[in-house]
Amino acid sequence: MVEVVYPQKDGKPVRVDLRDPYWAAFLAWLWPGAGHFYQRRYGKGFLFMICILSIFIFGMFLGRGRVVYASFDRGDFRWQYICQLGAGLVALPAIVQAIKTKDGGDPFFVLCQRYPEGSGMGKSFTKIPPDIVDSGMGMPRNTYKDGFMAPPAGPIDQNEVDVLGMWHFEMEHMFEMGTLYCVIAGLLNLLAIYDAFTGPAIMTAEQKEKAEAKKKKKSSTSNDI
Amino acid sequence: MIVTDLIEILPLADSIAKIWYALPLVVVVSLVYGATRHEYLHEILTQSYRSLIWVTGFMAIIFAVIFVAGYWN
Repeated sequence: MVEVVYPQKDGKPVRVDLRDPYWAAFLAWLWPGAGHFYQRRYGKGFLFMICILSIFIFGMFLGRGRVVYASFDRGDFRWQYICQLGAGLVALPAIVQAIKTKDGGDPFFVLCQRYPEGSGMGKSFTKIPPDIVDSGMGMPRNTYKDGFMAPPAGPIDQNEVDVLGMWHFEMEHMFEMGTLYCVIAGLLNLLAIYDAFTGPAIMTAEQKEKAEAKKKKKSSTSNDI
Repeated sequence: MIVTDLIEILPLADSIAKIWYALPLVVVVSLVYGATRHEYLHEILTQSYRSLIWVTGFMAIIFAVIFVAGYWN
């Protein structure tokens, strides 16, 4: 058990029981707020959970389930996923999908199917209407499947029209916005993990006194001018 | 003259609508930052409010600078 105490100038000192900080930090990564629940800091646990998960889910909603995916190929190095992984368990299905689709396999939770049309810059990956997919009548042989949290199917090349390009085209700015929301959710959870591991960065009485003295000094010099 | 000016700034109205997407982010970032600096709810909310004002003000300044810079074209 680890307890940190923050002495205060006036009133009671703030005491925070961190229990096992390593375990708390792991839980905080796994599920935003879980580390704080383990430390019995329920208010902060709820705050972190609601804030972080809500923007992650909202980001996924904006990006129609496609903005969190793990791909580290040459053509599509998804560095944003490294930040999104900070949100923990909610970002992990992307790894399962990446493994599943690695050698051209179909993803779990197929959102839609596409087939390539045209060639060169006029090429596009048109969505196959759901009724054709359901009936199977007139279905093309080789389709590209969009999966929930799965990387874009087919080869990705910045100089060619590809499925990733179609996502940007169809969702416009929402793709970037959704990506940003999920990235920020992951990064904010790093702050929550830090808080679970070391406790809050509360100013000690000594630091507060120094800050107040600095403020006073500043205001007196500005008054002199 | 006024009509052509209005038509010219119409795309800006679309961009301003996109700024609303920043609001939930700013609120959440302020709350989480406040929570890492304090332990009790009242202090967290006070710190969050200060951070919210600071971030919004900073964004407003950046917006103003970019907006004014657009006139140099």
